[in-house]
Amino acid sequence: MAELLAKSPCEGLLPKEVDGLTLSEAKRATMTSLSPYRGQEAVLSDVLKTEHGMALPRPNRSAGKEGARAVWFGQRQVMLIGPDPAVSLADHAALTDQSDAWAVVLLEGEGAEDVLARLVPLDLRREHFKKGHTARSQLQHMMVSITRVGDARFQIMAFRSMAKTLVHELEIAMKGVAARRAS
Amino acid sequence: MRIAGKGLVDRQAPVSFRFDGHTYQGFAGDTLASALLANDIRVVARSFKYHRPRGVMGAGSEEANALVTIGSGAAQDPNVRATVQEIYEGLEARPQNCWPSLTVDLLSVNDLAAPFLGAGFYYKTFMWPRAFWEKLYEPVIRRSAGLGALSHQHNPDAYEKAFAFCDLLVIGGGPAGLIAALTAARAGADVILADEDSLFGGRLNGDVETVGGMPGAEWAQSIVDELEAMPNVRLMRRTTVTGAYDQGTYGALERVAHHLADRGGQPLECFWRIVARRAILCAGAIERPIAFRNNDRPGIMTASAVRTYLNRYGVAPGRRITLFANNDDAHRTARDLVDAGVHIAAVFDSRRDVPESNAYPIYRGAEVCNTSGRRGLESVTFRTASGEDKVETDCLAVSGGWNPSLHLTCHMNGRPQWSEAIQSFVPVEGMVPGLDTAGACRGTLTTHGALQEGVAAAQVALEALGIAFDKIDIPEAEDAPYRVSPLWAVAGKGRAWLDFQNDVTVKDVKQAAKENFASVEHMKRYTTQGMSPDQGKNSNVAALAVLADATGRGIPETGTTTFRPPFVPVSIAAMGAGAQGAGFAPQRFTTSHAASVERGAPMIEAGLWYRPSYFPAPGETTWRQSCDREVNMVRNAVGVCDVSTLGKIDIQGPDAGAFLDFVYTNMFSTLKVGRTRYGLMLREDGTVMDDGTTARLGETHFVMTTTTAAAGPVMRHLEYVHQCLCPELDVSMISVTEQWAQFAVAGPQSRALLNALVDEDINDDTWPFMGCGDIIIQGVRGRLFRISFSGEHAYEIAVPSRFGNGLFRELTARAEALGGGLYGMEALNVLRIEKGFITHAEIHGRVTAFDIGMERMVSQKKDCIGKTMSERPGLNGPEREQLVGLKPIGPVKQLTAGAHLFEKGAAPTRENAQGYTTSVGFSPTLDGFLGLGFLRNGRARHGEEVMMVDHLRNLTTRCKVCDPVFFDPEGGRVRG
Repeated sequence: MAELLAKSPCEGLLPKEVDGLTLSEAKRATMTSLSPYRGQEAVLSDVLKTEHGMALPRPNRSAGKEGARAVWFGQRQVMLIGPDPAVSLADHAALTDQSDAWAVVLLEGEGAEDVLARLVPLDLRREHFKKGHTARSQLQHMMVSITRVGDARFQIMAFRSMAKTLVHELEIAMKGVAARRAS
Repeated sequence: MRIAGKGLVDRQAPVSFRFDGHTYQGFAGDTLASALLANDIRVVARSFKYHRPRGVMGAGSEEANALVTIGSGAAQDPNVRATVQEIYEGLEARPQNCWPSLTVDLLSVNDLAAPFLGAGFYYKTFMWPRAFWEKLYEPVIRRSAGLGALSHQHNPDAYEKAFAFCDLLVIGGGPAGLIAALTAARAGADVILADEDSLFGGRLNGDVETVGGMPGAEWAQSIVDELEAMPNVRLMRRTTVTGAYDQGTYGALERVAHHLADRGGQPLECFWRIVARRAILCAGAIERPIAFRNNDRPGIMTASAVRTYLNRYGVAPGRRITLFANNDDAHRTARDLVDAGVHIAAVFDSRRDVPESNAYPIYRGAEVCNTSGRRGLESVTFRTASGEDKVETDCLAVSGGWNPSLHLTCHMNGRPQWSEAIQSFVPVEGMVPGLDTAGACRGTLTTHGALQEGVAAAQVALEALGIAFDKIDIPEAEDAPYRVSPLWAVAGKGRAWLDFQNDVTVKDVKQAAKENFASVEHMKRYTTQGMSPDQGKNSNVAALAVLADATGRGIPETGTTTFRPPFVPVSIAAMGAGAQGAGFAPQRFTTSHAASVERGAPMIEAGLWYRPSYFPAPGETTWRQSCDREVNMVRNAVGVCDVSTLGKIDIQGPDAGAFLDFVYTNMFSTLKVGRTRYGLMLREDGTVMDDGTTARLGETHFVMTTTTAAAGPVMRHLEYVHQCLCPELDVSMISVTEQWAQFAVAGPQSRALLNALVDEDINDDTWPFMGCGDIIIQGVRGRLFRISFSGEHAYEIAVPSRFGNGLFRELTARAEALGGGLYGMEALNVLRIEKGFITHAEIHGRVTAFDIGMERMVSQKKDCIGKTMSERPGLNGPEREQLVGLKPIGPVKQLTAGAHLFEKGAAPTRENAQGYTTSVGFSPTLDGFLGLGFLRNGRARHGEEVMMVDHLRNLTTRCKVCDPVFFDPEGGRVRG
């Protein structure tokens, strides 16, 4: 029997490059939402540390690194991105597969903050929103998760179904920033 | 007239532009106003109401007279202030509010009718007959009064919105603002300095002054150079801060590309929201005119504007200039003009104690009382103790003193204070939290004072921010006292203009007072003084001084009207940037979107989602043909439909069952693992909120489905219930709508189709009706639910979204091989109507469980949200409109949704309405129209004949009331 073909959320939409700013789709990764059961935060954090190398991040923070990252995702919610979740995590948290639920893109380059300043109402200045900081916010009309994963590199997650709009909005903003620079 | 050797414009860079169909030359650095004055163009516009010829009056964003339209066609931009618009090669400006032309405006007959058009004219005149207002008066008034017009076409220009953050926002880049920004920037604060001009410096660019031993404009440039080199400073030119809002948020309009012939991809404007920990307002002041007879003639300008045109643009607005003032500051205009070699015909000062000069005649205790000239000023009449006399002049510079630009301080309801010293309102401390004021906007009208206050305000801000700072030297600057004695309006006959923007005269204000519109807010509405683009910036203080005089009160007691944002006009396009057209809302696409479009399916919007309406087959010419075929296909073979848009919520935790018992009317804690149950959810007020199925995948693991429309609201509701009503329950929930691509496979052949794709055998034992569980489909782990929205033997199969496209195509191919295929929303709707299944067309927010016949689903064994409220009197009983089925029985066979139901023979009037239809469709299965609707006491009236009347579509159909389940009421097919 033929295998089903997998399609990424931004297939055919990315990458884009505008004046040194790049927008690309993140490599496909397993994404699991962890929601700790009552009173289990500390234990969950320990297990997460043992199994995947990072403690449970505090609100608006992420932990870990490329390939194995835990991103705070809302009230009592953390997104584990990268590894397949250790079975033992399920003793302490509700685990939900979210690998296919989000379009994950990377915005990178000098002026990435200026691009986001056109769409996101948050203070993303480098000294205020540092590497590892994360936030749930809005990007134009979409709800997103934004994490600074590098000096000039942001990970942006939006609903998979909105991938086209996400790319469209970011591309307009990138062009806007580039046009300002050129003037 | 251009003056050699004066001004900051670039004489090496000529720019040609067009105004009113003629080509003119200016220089880079000119505004449209300065370039027109350099070309001796005096009449620039026609006034709002009386169509009087008007010229340039000021030199800033407050301009009330010189409004023009820029560009043409779809992108035309009306009501642009010529004093703000910079010229560029090819600029095309047109006068507005005149017909047939600027110089011959037939609507200036309004001016002759002026005695009838005074304050309150509209209120008094157009009261009767009532019907005439809409048909006659309003169109006529709209044609004759008004400003520029929109193109009525889609705006093709790009606009932008952006957010910025800083420690200190400095609003205005004159001497106070520049030194405040410098003080804070040197201390290391993140500073934004915004100024509405293209050039920082404020009055320093328009005046002849020395600051720190160098010409003022040069000093300003040196500060700008230093600021520009600092990484912690953002200079925002052409940016007007338009409003002060809560928590240090300021709105600002940046005119990004209005001055460019080639925008190079830049937006026309950008609307900023700036969040600042502290702010300093250094907005300067606006010179006010004096009201006297015919003071609106082209050639009459404010004294400071004349100075600005001379010193900044190298333009003398006249050849024989006169000055009329009540303060010392204005005399600088005469001095500067004489120094530049321009003839000063006379200086009139209403005071006796006046600065001396032997370069021009000075008339002390003199008032200008009238002017004359056909299309511009030719002479002025002035009055002294010895009588009236006339002087020939082509430009009169007027100064009635200065009004601080304190508008932003009032945006959060603060009230300014009257200052006797400067005869104007000044801000008081703390009107906007975190905002200080410095310089002229605070009533300090010397450059030295402005510099001093700029430094002081910056230091206050730095202290509040906890940033250490070094002492800063305040450069030496002009410190001559500003002496003013009040003069608002010169007594006399005729019309003396207060508000040039709205054609409001001294007489109008007095008339308002006489008719008891004595409160300043009432006077404003009665006369329209202070409305329109300039929002009374030029006229406010003078108008209320006249009002105070007319009512015998002092000015402080009279008070001001309220200053509200925005400080300058802001285009809606800028505020709504990014939301034009498709930008209005995000688009949500299912994984099957491309495949559906490939098959020619028209896509319809369902919330933000796009879903296929139907799939046209070769030879089908109407949607009904496709829909009928698709319905038959599901009833007789197998159909496939993407149902991914339905909300899916993953609910886990030890208390998940108890939680569901509380949010659903029926019991879920008793549901077996591997089973699905239909659930009904009420709002707190007892009306139906949503319905759907919930599957139990494990002891502590449920997946709830919601309707497409209610996916968001239900998620929000669940969070609310958990966080606020039962936080003690250990339960977590997360949306998995996007995680799973889910397809309905419905019809007698559905099981055969699926069995060919999965490893295990699907039969009535492994997957009974309402069964659910994990399943491997073509090597992918998915979920299978045996549920049905069509009444057929049916399944919904879910796979991770990345496989959605692949599975959809696979299912389609296999369905077609079995004599079936895809079905869209239209067929889905007909299928569910045949079965009497409800959607939000039925549960529209006003119906109870009783109304839809589901009152028995409200469990008596437990409490749930909305239960008590649903038992209120009036929500259950024969008086309710209840869900029924309807079938046409007369010669008219059509049913329509939204029609009303009446008793047979009753007049189809509102009073007789018995209910309404909610969903209708043509059933190919039962060969006729079927309808669902609500009918008073409907369940007891099955078999009765009622009349359906659609007043909008002019349709009357005789119907028989029946059970809402039209097809297979025993449910044999779904289980078979």
